[in-house]
Amino acid sequence: MTRTGFILANLLRKKTRTVLTLLSIVTAFLLFGLLQAVNVMFSAGADFVGATRLVTQARVSFTQALPMRLLPEIESVPGVTGVMWQQWFGAVWQENTQLIFFAADPARLHAVYPEYVMPDEQWKAFEQTRTGMIVGRALADQYGWKIGDKLPIASNIFPKQDGSKAWSFDLVGIYDGIDAEWQRNTNVGWINFAYYDEENQFGSGRAGTFTLRLSDPDQAAQVAQTIDTLFENSPDETKTQTEKDFNLGFFKQIGDIGLIVRWILFAVFFTLLLVVGNTIAQSVRERIPELAILKTLGFSNGSVLGFVLAEAAFFCVIGGLLGLGIATVTGIAIGGGNFPIAVDQQVWLIGLLAIAGLSLAVGLLPALRASRVTIVDALAGR
Amino acid sequence: MTEPMVRVRNVHKSYVRGRQTVEVLHGLTLDVPKGDFVALMGPSGSGKTTLLNLIGGLDGPTSGEILVGGERIDRLSSGQLAKWRARNVGFVFQFYNLMPVLTAERNVELPLLLTGLSAAQRRKSVAVALEVVSLSDRARHKPKELSGGQEQRVAIARALVSDPALLICDEPTGDLDRKTADEILGLLQVLNREHGKTIVMVTHDPKAAEFASRILHLEKGQLLEQAMAAA
Repeated sequence: MTRTGFILANLLRKKTRTVLTLLSIVTAFLLFGLLQAVNVMFSAGADFVGATRLVTQARVSFTQALPMRLLPEIESVPGVTGVMWQQWFGAVWQENTQLIFFAADPARLHAVYPEYVMPDEQWKAFEQTRTGMIVGRALADQYGWKIGDKLPIASNIFPKQDGSKAWSFDLVGIYDGIDAEWQRNTNVGWINFAYYDEENQFGSGRAGTFTLRLSDPDQAAQVAQTIDTLFENSPDETKTQTEKDFNLGFFKQIGDIGLIVRWILFAVFFTLLLVVGNTIAQSVRERIPELAILKTLGFSNGSVLGFVLAEAAFFCVIGGLLGLGIATVTGIAIGGGNFPIAVDQQVWLIGLLAIAGLSLAVGLLPALRASRVTIVDALAGR
Repeated sequence: MTEPMVRVRNVHKSYVRGRQTVEVLHGLTLDVPKGDFVALMGPSGSGKTTLLNLIGGLDGPTSGEILVGGERIDRLSSGQLAKWRARNVGFVFQFYNLMPVLTAERNVELPLLLTGLSAAQRRKSVAVALEVVSLSDRARHKPKELSGGQEQRVAIARALVSDPALLICDEPTGDLDRKTADEILGLLQVLNREHGKTIVMVTHDPKAAEFASRILHLEKGQLLEQAMAAA
């Protein structure tokens, strides 16, 4: 037997308690890994590396539409091979089910997003049908929609000329993603911009954003800067960024995501601190006479402190590593595309520091108590 | 005359309990020669266990001198005392105080983790100690799988395994039936006579005390002989 063997034997004294404590730590670090990855994603600065598309929005907010007259100037910027414009429609299905729908020009959508795959005749039908709409496979499957369906889709933003918000569209195409990752993004619907632009009551000639397709990803930063400089000090100043940053901007509307994540993590770890700290403390309380015997046999205060700290560290290290490992795998499974939830080196580094901190936080007080056990009092049951 | 194994000189011991200071030992003086088997008897509260704790280096005196094996243990720090105990004293308690999560052999091996012995050497020492207490066949059993007498034998093997010169026994048969108690006391006698261990044992049981070579009586924190001489 070694000292490690002795520590393991003590850990297995109450197997159920050990397993449940470990599970709570695994769960906490799984949450930590994923939330920290989200935090890193939202905290990251603009990254143009590898961007094949850019999104231009109004500098103040994407809720402020840009005039269509910007289009020729954007199209003329070197490196831009295609431009589409799109408008958030605020779609509502049936009672109050919000859907992700945009109004866009069909031909331009097809040119800028070749990752959306659909038979040519359906693209053609979309172009030629004024009230046409296309939806992704995921959305169609979710609601059981089929080509030829006439679907009442309301808008919670745009009333029609007659004042009604009840719009109606003909489903003329269902698109797939070019690969598995894009297939996950097929929960979006598109309506014909021409119909939307003529029929909505708020006027025409404006679009929420412009999406640009680039000839060379290496020029992304340069193109973005050129466009924003073009409209600097005009009534319609712009902000051009990558698709990823634009999409993250949507979620940032909720609030300071980093702060929210930090508060959730604080709550998780505070609870964990209480749960695991109490478990270790209880385990020490139950073993006061045994700790006294260890000291009687000649184990020093430091050795006893080490035993208890090692038990706490075992929980935190094993549970933490398992949790971070599962978070890494989960991140790979659910992340990708515009939301790369990567439990990367940075998250692991913070995780390892958290493991070390938690080990000390939950183990130190019980370990100090164990090391200060007075042999005579403990053996006398005082 | 040989140097005594235990030499206690004018030892006072007080405890603070709440607002009160209770003096348990009042200037106690005692010599235990090497190879002696002493039984300490006396009523509850007479200071038997306190004296035993002081001799075993589990506690320090308020004043006075304690020498064990020629070393002034009353001057040692708690860290030094821990090392000293590991090398020089074996302890046997009334309720055995074994580690419930360890098998008999691992309980016996525990004090050897403080030595520089290799795993093979430790295994050999454990086997010898269990052989001495006639418990080799129960080496892989945990305490809850053993009888009280067997548990106490394991505790004695644990006390012996690092080959200390002094054994401290606090009511070692207090939790056992007569027959088993006699077996344990016989074993202590063998350790004293054949292995030369010096034994200081606290007991309430006059029959147990008969196994010792000398019986000392404590009363109100003094040896009865001392108290009578003082009177």
